[in-house]
Amino acid sequence: MTQRQVLQAFEQYQRSRTQFVQTVAELATRPQNIETLQHAGVVSLLRPLLLDGVPTIQQTAALALGRLANHSDDLAEAVVKGGILPQLVYSLAEQNRFYKKAAAFVLRAVAKHSPELAQAVVDCGALDALVLCLEEFDPGVKEAAAWALGYIARHNAELSLSVVEAGAVPLLVLCVQEPEIAVRRIAASSLSDISKHSPELAQTVVDTGAIAYLAQMILNPDAKLKRQVFSALSQISKHSVDLAEMVVEAEVFPAALACLKDPDEYVRKNVATLMREIAKHTPELSQMVVNCGGVAAVIDYLGDSRANVRLPGIMMLGYVAAHRENLAMAVIVSRGVSQLAICLVEEPEDHIKAATVWAFGQIGRHTPEHARAVASANVLPKLLDLYMDPGSSEDLQAKSKRALKGILQKCTHLPALEPLLCDAPSNILKHVACQFSKVILPHDSQARRLFVTSGGLKKVQEIEAEAGSALQEHINSINNCFPAEIVRYYSPGYSETLLEKVEKYQPA
Amino acid sequence: MAQLVNLLSRIERVREEYFVRIRIAEENRALEHAAAVKIQSWFRGCQTRAYLRYLNKKATLMQKIWRGFSARRIFRKMLEAAFFTRKMNLCNQMAVRIQKTWRGYYVRQYVHNYYARKIYLEGLTRKNEEVRKTLEEFAEFQRRMREQERTEREEREKCILAQKMHFLLSTKQCPGVYNSPFRDSPGEMELRMRSAKPPLAKSPSRHKDRIGKKMESPTEAGSATHLPPIRTKKPQGPFRQPLEVWQQRYRPLEPTLRVATSITALEEAREELRREEWRGRVVDHPFHPFSNTSRQSEKYEPLIHASAPFEQVAYGTKHFREEKKEILQEKEPFKTVFTSCQVFDKFGRLYSNAGKIV
Repeated sequence: MTQRQVLQAFEQYQRSRTQFVQTVAELATRPQNIETLQHAGVVSLLRPLLLDGVPTIQQTAALALGRLANHSDDLAEAVVKGGILPQLVYSLAEQNRFYKKAAAFVLRAVAKHSPELAQAVVDCGALDALVLCLEEFDPGVKEAAAWALGYIARHNAELSLSVVEAGAVPLLVLCVQEPEIAVRRIAASSLSDISKHSPELAQTVVDTGAIAYLAQMILNPDAKLKRQVFSALSQISKHSVDLAEMVVEAEVFPAALACLKDPDEYVRKNVATLMREIAKHTPELSQMVVNCGGVAAVIDYLGDSRANVRLPGIMMLGYVAAHRENLAMAVIVSRGVSQLAICLVEEPEDHIKAATVWAFGQIGRHTPEHARAVASANVLPKLLDLYMDPGSSEDLQAKSKRALKGILQKCTHLPALEPLLCDAPSNILKHVACQFSKVILPHDSQARRLFVTSGGLKKVQEIEAEAGSALQEHINSINNCFPAEIVRYYSPGYSETLLEKVEKYQPA
Repeated sequence: MAQLVNLLSRIERVREEYFVRIRIAEENRALEHAAAVKIQSWFRGCQTRAYLRYLNKKATLMQKIWRGFSARRIFRKMLEAAFFTRKMNLCNQMAVRIQKTWRGYYVRQYVHNYYARKIYLEGLTRKNEEVRKTLEEFAEFQRRMREQERTEREEREKCILAQKMHFLLSTKQCPGVYNSPFRDSPGEMELRMRSAKPPLAKSPSRHKDRIGKKMESPTEAGSATHLPPIRTKKPQGPFRQPLEVWQQRYRPLEPTLRVATSITALEEAREELRREEWRGRVVDHPFHPFSNTSRQSEKYEPLIHASAPFEQVAYGTKHFREEKKEILQEKEPFKTVFTSCQVFDKFGRLYSNAGKIV
């Protein structure tokens, strides 16, 4: 009798513990409850439950802690300060797979907030335990462990290095080959986070043969997996020419171009990022990308997408055009200039405009043909406006000035230069005047006629320049291209001088 | 003699004459002397002048010849130099022509090949069009697949729904939910429910009849078409006994001998024979009793051991080398000296003379 009563007390206690822990876990899913839970001191209450005898309670307590830490920075710090992490790490090696999943979830939730918290997680020796979890059979455990490792490695290079030194990379590459889609996703994302910091880390990832497996998954139908795969490949290839060449040798092109039409916009963005990272290194790599039709695909992609997602595509075109003039001509021929002009007009954000302006500068600075192609898309007045606009950021103004200067130094197309005579500041005006005086007017009589009839000469006369400056010299040389009567006719105040002459004249 | 008288008369006159003449001569001596000197000097002068003239002429001639020679030499040098310059100018012009042609060719071919560039850009445009078209088609195809999948999925769901909600069908008395009397025609769901067949009821007793299921190993590959399970009881009708069916289904393959022998059976048999021979052969040179040719030449060497008396001999225990000739029976003696070990040839002599032993 008494034995049963005694046991009943214990059972009741166990039931109430289970109930408490399950309620807390459920409440922690909703963000509005978290504050209240925090004030109620839930972390200190959950801590002893982690050491509970009943496995269900342990697991649910770990799950609740994970959800709490996931939510905010302070709770994660409270978890760290409460000394829970060593306990978790210890039991990560011992317990069954549900507990491992929950414990790995807590570690991930703590590590994701800031580098200090991640360092605290690493200092508890969590890395070895997580790497052991990666060798488990259960795919859920592998996923949780890989996710935690990815979040730790995300913050900075030292943490990445410690993850790599724990021997995680070969196991992650094995996880990438798993049949489960979720495990593959997370493993690809972790590899991406590890390799993004420095070339050595990327080289370590490549040395385990990750590229081949990642390249195989390019045409997988799952969109999230493709996001991570392309992100990983672009992080690997961004560091150096050798790494980019290895990615290219894995035959990602032209299969990656098909993914530029994927319905998921982040997949498209990551493909464009990959192409940008590959094209920026050397002219040969850009040439290869151009030859498989990558430029046309990216231009169509720019047409289909909006806002921030366009940025990698624009930068890719800029990098391709920057290397050589035949590549810039390839961009022009693929109708890139009109598309970039549309982007310049449509996008409100300054950094995207700055990138577009830079890309124009790279395309137009090579030869007069290129400058003419850029100028005939009616881009130069817009560049001027962006330079003059007080609302544009420093970066945008500097870039538009450099682009204008580069294009103007090669531009010989008269109708495009004339609108710039109106209200450009003197440092831009001197380039325009220089082009007129040196290149166009001395040689082409048709151009001279056009210059006069379209009112360009009038505007030139109206320009005020300091005597002795380069601008004044150019204006003088422009004036020398025309007969003196015309110059006098268009000089300001000519009508007054004529009238004065009329007044002074004495009829005979 | 008259003459002599004449002469003697004249001697006085001759003496006077003589003295006169001498006086005159003496008076004229200086004059004549001076005149003679003058004449001589003038003549000498003429001579000398003639000589000088002669010398001058010769000197002039020599100088003339020499100047002509050296001027011609200089002229020849100038001519050579001029010729050389003209030749060099011609060569330079020709070299410039060659270089001009080569540079034009080289730049037009390799540095900036206008036509190749044009062809490249045209090819690139075509390739771009192709890629754009392919990508469009691919996107279109994907979209259609997704649409199709979506519609199929909806169709299936509606079908299942119609099957399950059979009770909402309208009866004669009471119109159903989807068959509003205010509409002219029944709704889509109503029509579906009318045409839907009830789902097949899964009987839970089915899997008890399957005896063969557990015995079927998953490694029986090739059984892509699953045969119906064999029940314990023979179903009613003209069917065979389950045991017979079982035996028929899992009858082992009985291949003919031809099929069963592998293609390399002959080679394997040969190999087997070879191996057996290798195993079994003990004697390399078998004893052929009647082969005359090879055996005749070989001389029989009897054993020393067999030719000794049948008792304990010192040979074999006390000594191992037989010295006595008659017992040896013309066998060759053992070699007592080996080929030397060359390691010790250089011993002591390798690096210096100091260690010379021999």
